[in-house]
Amino acid sequence: MSLTDAEALQAGTLPRRHDVRARPGARVTPGEVVAGAVLLFLALAAIVPELFTSLDPLAISPSEAFQSPSPSHWFGTDESGRDVFARTIHGARPSLTIGVAATAIGMVLALILGVLGGVGPKPVDYTVTRVGEVLFALPGLLLALVFIAIVGPGIVTSTIAVGISAAPGYARIIRSQIRAVRGAPYVEAAVVLGRSPAAILGRHILPNAVAPVFVLATLGVGQAIVWASSLSYLGLGAVPPAAEWGAMLSAGRSYISNAWWLTVFPGIFIVLAAAAATSLGRAMQARTRQVGR
Amino acid sequence: MLRWVLTRALGGAFVLWAVATLIFFGLRAIPGDPAEAILGGPGSQASPEALERVRQEYGLDQPLPVQYLTAMGKLLRGDLGTSYALKLDVASLIGELFWSTLVLTLLSLVVAWLIALGLAVWATRGGRIARAVGSGMEIVAAAVPHFWLASIFILIFSSALHWLPPISTPGPLGLVLPVLTLAIPLAGFLGQVMRESLTDALESPFVLSARARGESETGVRLRHAIRHASLPAISLSGWAFGSLISGAVVVETVFARPGLGRSLLSAVTIRDVPMVTGVALVSALAFVLVTIATDAVDRVADPRLRST
Repeated sequence: MSLTDAEALQAGTLPRRHDVRARPGARVTPGEVVAGAVLLFLALAAIVPELFTSLDPLAISPSEAFQSPSPSHWFGTDESGRDVFARTIHGARPSLTIGVAATAIGMVLALILGVLGGVGPKPVDYTVTRVGEVLFALPGLLLALVFIAIVGPGIVTSTIAVGISAAPGYARIIRSQIRAVRGAPYVEAAVVLGRSPAAILGRHILPNAVAPVFVLATLGVGQAIVWASSLSYLGLGAVPPAAEWGAMLSAGRSYISNAWWLTVFPGIFIVLAAAAATSLGRAMQARTRQVGR
Repeated sequence: MLRWVLTRALGGAFVLWAVATLIFFGLRAIPGDPAEAILGGPGSQASPEALERVRQEYGLDQPLPVQYLTAMGKLLRGDLGTSYALKLDVASLIGELFWSTLVLTLLSLVVAWLIALGLAVWATRGGRIARAVGSGMEIVAAAVPHFWLASIFILIFSSALHWLPPISTPGPLGLVLPVLTLAIPLAGFLGQVMRESLTDALESPFVLSARARGESETGVRLRHAIRHASLPAISLSGWAFGSLISGAVVVETVFARPGLGRSLLSAVTIRDVPMVTGVALVSALAFVLVTIATDAVDRVADPRLRST
């Protein structure tokens, strides 16, 4: 191989208009520092929650129920006297895992559909495109609801459901990425050199088509966290007393008029996690826009 | 042009048929006896005779392909069937709920557009700080779950200030919180797209010439750049509409507001096949129409697309 893929791209093989927002190697903005710090904090909370709290998230203490936030219980206590701060910190692990796992599931499904559509023969591409259109026309939540109705509610089901409902959107982008990369001269060169189709797909097409999709996945994790928590809130995902943010909010819903802290704090963590993931994705997007793709 | 309309209409019809088929078999895959679901679920302890009667009445004793063809034939004639749970005509049920959800989603779309536009114009006018604050606000807005935003609004405007009802009452006052809840996350998404395309448009020669003619900074944005900058956001409207319907399921549930989203949630839970099919078809139809409409708007706004 004489040309690396990036060089081929830089040589103007793929038409691209001048992009003012692309800032490869740009300085890190203050917003990105904040987002990075939030992600680091949440990741630590997910891996070693004991760093931040020594309290047991599931230990009940009925005599201490419904205490408002105080120095001994930063986020107050819930209806069974459990410490809301400990529960929120311990909630990072299930909530983030669900978000990442759901996105991964959606990506794998989308990759299968996208590759079939992107490199398959015309009839296959046609079928895959139509299937994608149909799935796209259904509200994402409806797909998730029907899937949950078939398999039964639960934390694993709701994760898969969120992944399924995100897949059509990803598949569409992956397919068009592959179509764009397929016409690039370095792919033609590989064909002329007599490489096998599988090798061309694995060595040349996929790495180039999928790189921008990783950016998309990072952006998707934020939305997956939001939708998975919504399913828990509707009682279709993780169920109380599990320390998962959506489930905590679902349990706190009944006490919203007299215990606001049950509703406010876990929600702030969902927003923090989703916003930080989105900022990270945006930062990657801004830097890869011109170099990658 | 006529050919374009015909192709799109055919494609839309195909999508509707596929949605109906998908829902038919999807709901069949739910474990349990459909006859039992019709009689009120497993808790109803229906007698075997009653179950048998229901099976005959609803044609559930027929082989699956026959049931499928019967259902599709009915749909073709515009007959959406009878709701299992409410024993009422699905078409008229949806007719009642449709307006409530349409008002909610359309108002939210308009409010979201206004917020996004305002934010984009403001953020591109200011310096680096305004830009950073604007993009921060968009990211946070897009990260807020509907159900949580709804709860926070209820806490502030209902529990603390007593300004607005916590439950969506009929009338304009009851619409304020549901509309804001749906609009703010969507505004976050639209705002990101709009600010980026507005930044692009502001670099183009026609903006330079407008500036050279002495147009004010705000005037340049509102009269010239916004038209170009809106195109990507308009193309997103189909997607936005779909996401609003998903959001409506949550928002209507939280605010106890009658509508398609809320009935969809309850219909899926109790396996009310005709109701789920009806709501799915209506939202798919809306999606198809919105997509065709946005493509048509794109073609009017951007003549380059007309040759394809």
